[in-house]
Amino acid sequence: MNEKNILEKVMAEFPGVAFELIEENTDHPYLVIPAERTAGICRFLRDDPDLRLDALSNLSSVDEGEILTVVYHLFSYEHRHYSVLKVRVPRGAPDVPTVQTVWPGAGWFEREAYDLMGINFMGHNDLRRIMLPDDWVGHPLRKDWVEQEEYHGMGTSRNEPMDVLPLADAPEKEKQSD
Amino acid sequence: MYKPMSLVPSGEPGATVITTRVDDVLNWGRANSLWYMLFGLACCAIEMMQTGGPRADLDRFGAVPRPTPRQSDLMLVAGTLTYKMAIRTKLLYEQMTEPKFVIAMGSCATCGGLFSPGYSVLKGVDKIIPVDVYLPGCPPRPEALTEALIHVQRQIKRSRPLRQKHEDTKIIT
Repeated sequence: MNEKNILEKVMAEFPGVAFELIEENTDHPYLVIPAERTAGICRFLRDDPDLRLDALSNLSSVDEGEILTVVYHLFSYEHRHYSVLKVRVPRGAPDVPTVQTVWPGAGWFEREAYDLMGINFMGHNDLRRIMLPDDWVGHPLRKDWVEQEEYHGMGTSRNEPMDVLPLADAPEKEKQSD
Repeated sequence: MYKPMSLVPSGEPGATVITTRVDDVLNWGRANSLWYMLFGLACCAIEMMQTGGPRADLDRFGAVPRPTPRQSDLMLVAGTLTYKMAIRTKLLYEQMTEPKFVIAMGSCATCGGLFSPGYSVLKGVDKIIPVDVYLPGCPPRPEALTEALIHVQRQIKRSRPLRQKHEDTKIIT
């Protein structure tokens, strides 16, 4: 099945759900699904004999301003086909149900998306930071994130060496005044 | 010109006496047994391994790798240091016994280098520990690292350890 057929099959399976199928300006058609239906739709994608999207290849997140998008890249080892899903959530309340119950490997992906983008995966059994230190402030991949002045007494900026050091071809007087 | 060691005939046929200062004996020993702590953090570690290997052979300067800070004299910070690791690096530096020396190897260790715009990267090892030799390069070749080690040896040979008062290690920020 090609990517469009997969997504159309999903849309036919869940008739009452507000899907958005996007084919333009993209190499891979994708389906935007409502956040609250994520777990059910993902379970269908995994278990349907024609789809069998049994591997979550990647889970990533995008900051689009007012909206944060979570992107699911799926792969089927049995049928060798791919599929892409997106979930859009408001920036103020980025709550997405976890898909850990569908693909256990999603656990660490979701921790990463939480760590760097601040997406709250509801129902996740261990939603901690995975890469940054536990006492880190904020989520650095958000575009409005501002770096702290220092972290544990370590300054987070360094002077431009060309501004600090005297130039090799500068006159002698300027060098001495520094 | 002062010579650290000089040979003086002793009067006995075929025998000589070496005259020197205690400082110089200490420096001679310290400079020629710079055991460095393995501290590979990124791609610079590959060059560090190459330098320790048979072709560049850092061993001929008496420098051998140690896997623990307790037995090390030289910390060779090879690679990109993140804030998370920086806290551990400072702890490891404090665990080393005096006298101790630090080489900041590569652009990342000296100033953050290529990754300095990153939110998680420390902009230079000298923010947390004092650095004796800054070694530029991305990564520096084994010849350059050997040169940096020779620079540390020169610094040691110039020092007067018996005259130095023990001071708390200054942290440059």
